[in-house]
Amino acid sequence: MIEVENLSKRFVVRRGRFRRERHVVDAVKEISFGVERGELLGYLGPNGAGKSTTIKMLTGILVPSGGRVSVGGLDPSRKRIELARRIGAMFGQRVQLWWDLPLLDSFQLLRHIYKVPPGRYRESLARFREVLELDAFIHTPVRQLSLGQRIRGELTAAMLHGPELLFLDEPTIGLDVVAKQRVRDFLVEINRDDGVTVMLTTHDLGDIERLCNRLLVIDHGSLIWDGGIPELKERYGGERVLVVDLEGPSEPLQVDGATVERVEGPRQWLRFRGSASELTARVAAAARIVDLQVQEPDIEEIVRRIYMR
Amino acid sequence: MRLDWEIAKRGWRRYAAYPWATVAGAFTNSIFGFLQAYILLAVYRHRAAIGGFDAADAVTYVWLAQSMIMTVYIFSWWELAWRIRDGSIATDLARPLDPQRYWLAYDLGRAPYHFLFRGLPPFVLGALVFHLHYPSPLDALAFVVSLTLAVVVSFGFRFVYNSAAFWLLDFRGVVTLSTTVVIFFSGMAIPIRFFPHALRELCYALPFAGVIQTPVDIWLGKREGLALAGVIGLQLLWALVLIGLGRVLLARATQRLVVQGG
Repeated sequence: MIEVENLSKRFVVRRGRFRRERHVVDAVKEISFGVERGELLGYLGPNGAGKSTTIKMLTGILVPSGGRVSVGGLDPSRKRIELARRIGAMFGQRVQLWWDLPLLDSFQLLRHIYKVPPGRYRESLARFREVLELDAFIHTPVRQLSLGQRIRGELTAAMLHGPELLFLDEPTIGLDVVAKQRVRDFLVEINRDDGVTVMLTTHDLGDIERLCNRLLVIDHGSLIWDGGIPELKERYGGERVLVVDLEGPSEPLQVDGATVERVEGPRQWLRFRGSASELTARVAAAARIVDLQVQEPDIEEIVRRIYMR
Repeated sequence: MRLDWEIAKRGWRRYAAYPWATVAGAFTNSIFGFLQAYILLAVYRHRAAIGGFDAADAVTYVWLAQSMIMTVYIFSWWELAWRIRDGSIATDLARPLDPQRYWLAYDLGRAPYHFLFRGLPPFVLGALVFHLHYPSPLDALAFVVSLTLAVVVSFGFRFVYNSAAFWLLDFRGVVTLSTTVVIFFSGMAIPIRFFPHALRELCYALPFAGVIQTPVDIWLGKREGLALAGVIGLQLLWALVLIGLGRVLLARATQRLVVQGG
C-alpha cells in the first residue's frame, strides 16, 4: 500500500529581516518503511519530529526533497488528485467541514467532489449516521457543533468516498473519554470489516495501545522504531517494578539485582531486570512479605525513555 | 459542471447564513451612497459635465458603484490567505479538486447573492430619491455580461494577492495594499473619468477599471458598438491573464509548499 525509500524533506528557511540568512531544516531524514494493505499502524513522535511532514509527502501535498515514495502504486506529488480519490485524510486540529453550513451540506458537497455514485453515497452515509450517531446534529451548522460531534463529522467526511487508505492526524485530540472510545471503536471497525489501511499519528498513547498492531516512532526526522508494541516494551522497557508490602515500615531493602525506588510505610517499590520470582525469593529471605505485585512498564514510560535518549 | 454548481450553491448559502450582516451592509452602502451623491451634486452645481459625465450620470455612477461593491467583492478578501496561513490549505490539497476552480465557483455563487441582497436594495433606494439614468435593453444585457466578468477579474486578482501568503509569513500588508490599489484604480472612490487624461488612460488599460468603471460606463451608454465589444474584450483578456497568473502561483507554491503550523 505504501512504500517509502530514503524519503527526505529539507526546508530552507530564511531568517532575519535585512541580512537574510539561509537556514536549512531537515524535517525528515532518509526514512524507509513499507505498509501492507489492511494494517492499522501508529506513527508516533514528539512535536516537530517530522510526522506531519511525512504524512504530507504521502498525500502529495509536499514534494519530497529526496528518496522515493509510492502510495497505492502512485507517486503522490505527481498524481495528487488521482491519489486523493483513493485516500481519506483527517487532521484533528483542522476544520475540513464547511464552517458556516450544516453538516449534511458538507457531506453532499463531498459526494460531488469525490464523484460518489448516489446509491453508494446513501448507503455509506446511512452507515456512518448509525455508527457515529450523527442524526442528532446532522442539520446543525458546523460552527455550532461540539468538538466531539465535529470530529465524528470529520471522520465521516474522510470516509464517505470509501478510501482504501486513511491518514489520521491526531483524531482523538481534545476528546473526552466516551468520545475517544467511540472514535477508536469506529477505526477498529472500518479496519476489520472494510479492510481500510489506517495510518494514525497521535500523541495519545492510549490510541496506539488499543488500536495499533504496529508502531513507527520518528524523532529528529529519523525513524527510530518500526515494529510491534510488545517488542518495543521488551527492548526499551526491560525494567519492571516489584511492589512489596512488608509487615511494617522498614529501611529500604538491600537486595541484589534491584534498587529501591520508593518507600511508603510498609510498602516498597523495587526496580529490577530479569526474573520476578528470583527477586521475590531474595526479598522473602530478607523480610516477611505480606503482599506483592509486579508492575509492567506502560507505553507512556517507554516512549518517554525513547524520546530522552 | 455539476460540481461547480454544487460549490456555487454553497457560496450562496454561506453568505445567506448571516442575514443580519447583509442588512447592516446594505444599510452602510446606502449611507455612503447618499454621502457620495450629495458631494458630487455639490460639485456639479458649478459644472455641467466632467469627463463626459453629467450630474445624473454621476449620481447613477454612485449608486451603481455602491451596489457593486460587494458583488465584485472589492474590499479585502482573506479566505484563501487565512487557509494558507493556518495550514488548512493542506486539507484542500488532500482533496481531488483544484483550489482555484473551487474558489472561483464559490465566488460565482456568492456574487449573485450579494447582487440581489447587498446591491439591489441600496440601488432601489437611490433610484427612489435621485434622478438616475437607465440603460437601453442592449446595454442592460451588456452590463450583466460585463458585471459577471468584473466578478471574475476581481476574483482573479484576489486569488493572486491571497497567494502571497504562501511566501510571506505576514500577508496583511499585501492584502491592504492590493485593496487600496483596487479602490483607487477601479473608479470606486471617484470615477476614473474625473482623473487627468494620462492617469485616466492608464486606469482604463489596467484590469481594475473592469471591476467597477467599465460596467458603469456600459450601463450609462458611454460605450457603444465596437467600443463596447472592445471594453468587454479587455475585461475578458484581464480575467484570463489574472486566472492564469493565479494558476502559475498556485503551481509554484505547491512545488515548494511549506504548510504552516506543522
